Amino acid sequence: MAILSCPLPRPATDRILLAHGGGGRLTQQLIESVFLPAFANPALESRHDGAVISGGGACLAMTTDTYVVDPLIFPGGTIGDLAVNGTVNDIAMCGARPLALSAGFLLEEGLSMETLRTVVAAMHEAARVAKVPIVTGDTKVVDKGKGDGLFLNTTGIGIVVAPKPVSPQSIRPGDAVLVSGDLGAHGIAILSVRGGLEFEGAVSSDTAPLWPAVEALFEAGIEVHCLRDLTRGGLSSALNEIASVARLRITVEEVLIPVSDVVRGACELLGLDPLYVANEGRFVAFVPESEADRALEILRSQTVSAGAVRAGMVHEDSSGIVTLRSRVGGNRVLDMLSGEQLPRIC
Amino acid sequence: MKFLDEYRDYGAVQQMAQAIRRSTTRPWTLMEVCGGQTHTIVKTGLQALLPEAITLVHGPGCPVCVTPVEMIDRAVAIARRPEVLLCSFGDMLRVPGSTQSLFDAKALGGDVRIVYSPLDALQLARSNPQREVVFFAVGFETTAPANAMAVWEADRAKIVNFSMLVSHVLVPPAMEAILSSPDCRVQAFLAAGHVCMVMGYEEYLPICQKYRVPIVVTGFEPLDLLEGVQMAVTQLESGHAEVENQYARAVRRSGNRPAQERIAEVFEVTRRTWRGIGEIPSSGLRLREAYRRFDAEKRFEVEVVHSEESSECIAGLVLQGLRKPYECPAFGTRCTPDTPLGAPMVSSEGACAAYFHFGRRKEDGNSILSTASASH
Repeated sequence: MAILSCPLPRPATDRILLAHGGGGRLTQQLIESVFLPAFANPALESRHDGAVISGGGACLAMTTDTYVVDPLIFPGGTIGDLAVNGTVNDIAMCGARPLALSAGFLLEEGLSMETLRTVVAAMHEAARVAKVPIVTGDTKVVDKGKGDGLFLNTTGIGIVVAPKPVSPQSIRPGDAVLVSGDLGAHGIAILSVRGGLEFEGAVSSDTAPLWPAVEALFEAGIEVHCLRDLTRGGLSSALNEIASVARLRITVEEVLIPVSDVVRGACELLGLDPLYVANEGRFVAFVPESEADRALEILRSQTVSAGAVRAGMVHEDSSGIVTLRSRVGGNRVLDMLSGEQLPRIC
Repeated sequence: MKFLDEYRDYGAVQQMAQAIRRSTTRPWTLMEVCGGQTHTIVKTGLQALLPEAITLVHGPGCPVCVTPVEMIDRAVAIARRPEVLLCSFGDMLRVPGSTQSLFDAKALGGDVRIVYSPLDALQLARSNPQREVVFFAVGFETTAPANAMAVWEADRAKIVNFSMLVSHVLVPPAMEAILSSPDCRVQAFLAAGHVCMVMGYEEYLPICQKYRVPIVVTGFEPLDLLEGVQMAVTQLESGHAEVENQYARAVRRSGNRPAQERIAEVFEVTRRTWRGIGEIPSSGLRLREAYRRFDAEKRFEVEVVHSEESSECIAGLVLQGLRKPYECPAFGTRCTPDTPLGAPMVSSEGACAAYFHFGRRKEDGNSILSTASASH
């Protein structure tokens, strides 16, 4: 950067910014520049939500996720059910049946016992619904001021049931892009109780285990090419990651992507794009066009994916980009999120 | 959703686009003034629906884009002080100053927060009486009433730990600066609807007459923008130059009087430097003498080294509609939303960021988008 005459350049980031954890471009850069070179191995390099590993004659999926949510308890859930569902879902996205979870608690001195009990009860209930036991755990307590009440890590393992690899590399031109329901509820629910926005209660998080929907697809023998839950960075970031790994172009139709009126309204007010807002109970599935109708019917029969729709298609085109046909008929590139999605000024 | 869906209706939009194609016999260059309008145009792919003869150039109406780099440096310096809690609107936090953005200041330990309203900042001052709460007030006439209100309320409620770093700018002087430039190629303006909602549009009448340029007060939805284009093109084709109001559902000729009165009570007009454009006389607002004690510049004496604008970043030319973002040699390579060289690459309202995000890159824009449309 020193060669530029411009006095404005941001120095190449020598510190971690919040946006490094936002799930967008800076997160990808962090993974590519720090983690991948250090830990390089084939399972990691598949860049999927979880790793698929073989051992002892079984094919296992393994994933880990750390949860930092403010507030700890929000409309429709808590950090506890979020942590269970999130890890169950990452396992499910590998085409694997969740087998067991671990839980690591990082508690801040002074956290109320009642809050902890509420979170743990929510974990218990989520684990019961997902039919997966929490089999091991760890607790650490840090000084007051060195944590934000409670951070939570869950790690999960599962048994791969998908007969063929479920990954971005498996998608093919012509595949249908299925979205499992309306988008943006989780992110907006969290925002609604943060910083005095005061539309509390209007929208609840969609946090839920996705395995029942995924299991139904496999049980019906649907040839699932790729699955991805639409967490940080939302649908746009998920599609971009998949398109760039697969070196194919994905097109979606704005008018087909379901967003509830409440979420749309909140996004309009705050200047956010629902396609970038986080979900905790939604996923995208890539299936061959010939099986798309049947897959949709199966998804719609499951509570968690009752609002499933066909939203787009995969095309032969090595550009690895995602394009969106807007509601009014214009086309544009749907890019990956840069940094945090920030509310606009006016 | 009422008041949105009818202005995004596929049939109505296509019909309006067809009407524009019928009206257009010659090339015309129109400028949409507001960054919110640029955002809609690029996000919904509106340019592709217009006849080739119509060029839309993107105006200076992006608040974070025109905030001078010195002002950001000053905000960063204030934010680094231990007693200060500095807040602003989201976009503003990512704009690079000389060496740091407000996000960098936050990463280095400064207490920097996003608020949605200056009244939230005032609330922070009330609930943190031991802290100095500073609101970084940027924007056009649209955000001025709420900012004036916050200062007025702080005065009334005698909140002593609240102050405002004011970098307010005004739209009509910037339009005039663009029109008086010898390189100006703007033949008509789509004026910023929300600015006019506050200020009305009487101040545009002399500009329209002096420069013989049609000015159409225009909204922000796809159908609004196309109707604004249609009204401007109809004027241009018939040789008229008038001020018209497309956004009549929100804008009255005289605007919002109580809001104007509150602005006038708290602020006075001053000269301002616009990032990338330079100093424009009578183009900004500052606190009046009676409210000067709420001025963060006065309260915190911070030393800011003067920085020259770059020769590489062409933000100034983009903001005046003289260049398209992709005509910048750094666009998409050395300058991206993650490593912005200039402010228009930061905000979603900034022309460069809008082009970057929505794929209107010189090399891929048309080819990719036309195949995309053919496949549907």
